[in-house]
Amino acid sequence: MSAVDLLIVGAGPAGMAAAVAARRHGLDVLVVDDQPAPGGQIWRSVETVAASPRGARLGDSYLAGTARAAAFRGCGAAYEPGAQLWQIEPGFRAFVTSGGKARTVSARAVILATGAQERPVPFPGWTLPGVLTVGAGQILLKTADQVPEKPVWIAGSGPLPLLYITQLLAAGGKVAGFLDTTPPGRLGAALRHLPAALGKAGDLWKGVAWTLALKRAGVKMVKHVAEIEGRGEGRLQSLRYRRQGGTWQETPAEVLLVHEGLVPSIHAPLALDCKVEWRRDQHCYAPVLDGWGESSQPGLFVAGDGAGIAGAIAAEHRGTLAGLAVAARLGAVSSAMAEAEAAPARKLLERELAFRPFLDALYEPRPQVFAPPDETVVCRCEEVTAGTLRARAAVGRPGTNQVKAFTRAGMGPCQGRQCGYTVMHILGGAQNRPPEALGFYRIRPPLKPVTLGELAALEQPDNAA
Amino acid sequence: MRPDIIVIGGGTVGAAIAYGLAGFKQNVMLLDGGDRDYRAAQANFGLVWLQGKGMGLPAYQTLTRTSVGLWREFATEVEGLCGADLAYENNGGIAFCMGEDGFENRRAQLQRLHNQWDGGEPDWEMIDRTALERLLPRARLGKSVSGASFGRLDGHANPLRLLMALHEGIVRQGGVVRSNAMVLRIERVGADFRLLLDGEELVAPRIVIAAGLGSAALAAQVGLDVPLRPQRGQVLVTERFEPFLPLPASGLRQTGEGTVMIGATQEETGFDLSTTSDAAARLSRKTVEIMPDLAGAKLVRQWAGLRVMTPDSYPIYAQSQTHPGAFVALCHSGVTLAAFHARELARAIRDGELPDFLTPFHQRRFDVPKAA
Amino acid sequence: MFRKLHDPGPSAVTILIDGKTVSAEAGENLAAVLLRQPEGWNRTSTVSQSPRAPYCMMGVCFECLAEVDGVGSVQTCLTTVRDGMRVSRQLGRRVLSA
Repeated sequence: MSAVDLLIVGAGPAGMAAAVAARRHGLDVLVVDDQPAPGGQIWRSVETVAASPRGARLGDSYLAGTARAAAFRGCGAAYEPGAQLWQIEPGFRAFVTSGGKARTVSARAVILATGAQERPVPFPGWTLPGVLTVGAGQILLKTADQVPEKPVWIAGSGPLPLLYITQLLAAGGKVAGFLDTTPPGRLGAALRHLPAALGKAGDLWKGVAWTLALKRAGVKMVKHVAEIEGRGEGRLQSLRYRRQGGTWQETPAEVLLVHEGLVPSIHAPLALDCKVEWRRDQHCYAPVLDGWGESSQPGLFVAGDGAGIAGAIAAEHRGTLAGLAVAARLGAVSSAMAEAEAAPARKLLERELAFRPFLDALYEPRPQVFAPPDETVVCRCEEVTAGTLRARAAVGRPGTNQVKAFTRAGMGPCQGRQCGYTVMHILGGAQNRPPEALGFYRIRPPLKPVTLGELAALEQPDNAA
Repeated sequence: MRPDIIVIGGGTVGAAIAYGLAGFKQNVMLLDGGDRDYRAAQANFGLVWLQGKGMGLPAYQTLTRTSVGLWREFATEVEGLCGADLAYENNGGIAFCMGEDGFENRRAQLQRLHNQWDGGEPDWEMIDRTALERLLPRARLGKSVSGASFGRLDGHANPLRLLMALHEGIVRQGGVVRSNAMVLRIERVGADFRLLLDGEELVAPRIVIAAGLGSAALAAQVGLDVPLRPQRGQVLVTERFEPFLPLPASGLRQTGEGTVMIGATQEETGFDLSTTSDAAARLSRKTVEIMPDLAGAKLVRQWAGLRVMTPDSYPIYAQSQTHPGAFVALCHSGVTLAAFHARELARAIRDGELPDFLTPFHQRRFDVPKAA
Repeated sequence: MFRKLHDPGPSAVTILIDGKTVSAEAGENLAAVLLRQPEGWNRTSTVSQSPRAPYCMMGVCFECLAEVDGVGSVQTCLTTVRDGMRVSRQLGRRVLSA
């Protein structure tokens, strides 16, 4: 078993910044990440792509990752790419698999910088090949220089679809249409938060510029789309959609990319029994953290979008704060010094966070995201439909975990990452309770599947105690 | 509507009793606890099992045999009523033996059990490796597997579907199931029991306490001292495979879905539901030793449950002498005993008196002065 | 379904998908390669054998599973291609084999 001062899980903006901050104070740091190269989702493959023609097409915020990755590479942290963390036990004892071998790492402190995932958006036909997330489309563009063969349909709400369309067009891809699912009236609700958001006027302008670019490029845009449906035999062949109160439209489609915002990766904190809170503004759970990012489990920190969605810049600052806090905790720097060093990051983080309420209000998901029709497969792994869940919700008003036991929803390999929030909302809807009254699944190890052979080959504890 | 009987505890034990009572035309209400309660029923391994059980207590061998004998008809009824598939199979079950010593020890253990019981033919036989290979043609056995004991009355079922079907069956037979119904206090009021819940009172002339590890505090309020302790059992489950294991084994079974369940540990760790990698590694080593090809199987989930243990590990079935009409039913083999609970135990509770053959399971067997 | 915008040229490697030789770029993501197979690539689910293909590309949906070099249920979106890699579809539940 190897031993380090600090284990960082994830090599995105937060993980890299945390490593740099902790290394500055001489901590022994190990960073594990499931990707083959540093950068996280935002800067996927940036080290190899930046110098290629597609680097420029992906824009300045993407290229900014090059310097971050270089700083991380040079900071002296041990870095293990292609490694999956599947359990952390108190103490801390972390279990990591890479190259088909499982091993344990002991650490005095842990920073979870595992980022976010796209919010699951169940609708009839969302399991068909050809339906992917917008994030997936963007990853394909960044890592493989790959675009949909035919004009692609994009449905959703939020900055990411606009950004992706802009990047796709720059790369020579074709868009069949953008189904904007932002409901009417969201802009008005968002404007209340405008004064606070003005500190980031540049980002506000970016959104406007993307929209204008789409219009200039003649991208078909349908506003206020409330419902979508994928159809096809064996793969997506057509797409149906309906505006609020409108009639269904049907169009041929081979690829449909969908996006309704991001939610924090909550599985590791939940598995570790960290306190979480329901974020009404972001319709998701986030871990309860102090000003440094420390969770309710002492020594366990969460940084980056895993702490609540706030974007890459905020993620870096949260990473810096967590890295400093661990350095102070382990005595590598005095509290006063750490506090002084943290001040600029804190200030910049505040500016980023002030921008969120505007975005959260503007892109608050449409209600249909949480209330799919009965025939919709909600749990993709175990193929449990919304109708089955609603029927089960009526008998004795069971809770989330009882329904999981009864229907197998959430029991498959993805461990409820694609159905947890939907199940909470469906049960809540059927039982007339708010989703947070139901709560999320109890999360069981392993966080990622590991083979029995890897487990069997684990080194045995030195003594049985 | 005022219930005739309130069953406290919506796990497999309470639900089976309530299901049976509803079938006996009782107005039954089942009170289920919170979503995050210990819930041993959600961690059950799913064996309907006889072989190897009952050392030191022949009455338990009889009880288990009775329930196993009732299971097929019970399952058929539940499935018919609720449209559920309990995935019950009773084609026999095996316990793997490792090495020659393991084989002989198992034989000796089962022989001792048989000798203490005077009920006729044994339900088991020892089979050597060759016979075992014939039974399991699609599973390659590890080198040190020497054979197995084969129990012809053993089987398995889907414990979660059973629990769901029992809840459904209670409702379909006119009963009521209530979740999140935590009983805080029990009081005697005349001939009735008054149950105090959070912000609510329920009254019934009879109650059954089947609240697992939560039962001790409740039973004390009706004059029954039930000594209980949690015993942790950790279980592993893999991804789904095409059927390769036609019979359940003690500690290793392939479910109807195709997943492989492995377990369970027996740990005295108190009220601690956490799982440990050491246990996962230990269970995996044992499994790979029995079936090396399972080394490539992905573990999808590991969980822990708390068995409801009495000092001698056997069930408690009792009616309170100071509070007649209050019953207690506690055990850790809720699936195996479900048929008995839904049939004979439910009938006895309806009749207001537990039969003589349950006397060995009365709580009073623990009412002895404790050693200093 | 998807196409690659540039030719890998000299950095091409060869992998086997269901026994068929396919060219890929060294260091690229396996799920990306699967998504540009002309006949469409999919596995089938373990419950109803419904067709599934890569969905999230970031390791959270487990739809892109395949057998890679004899190891079952590998998340191809977290796998980097290597020359000579053998990839097979998983149809329904896996068969337990040595």
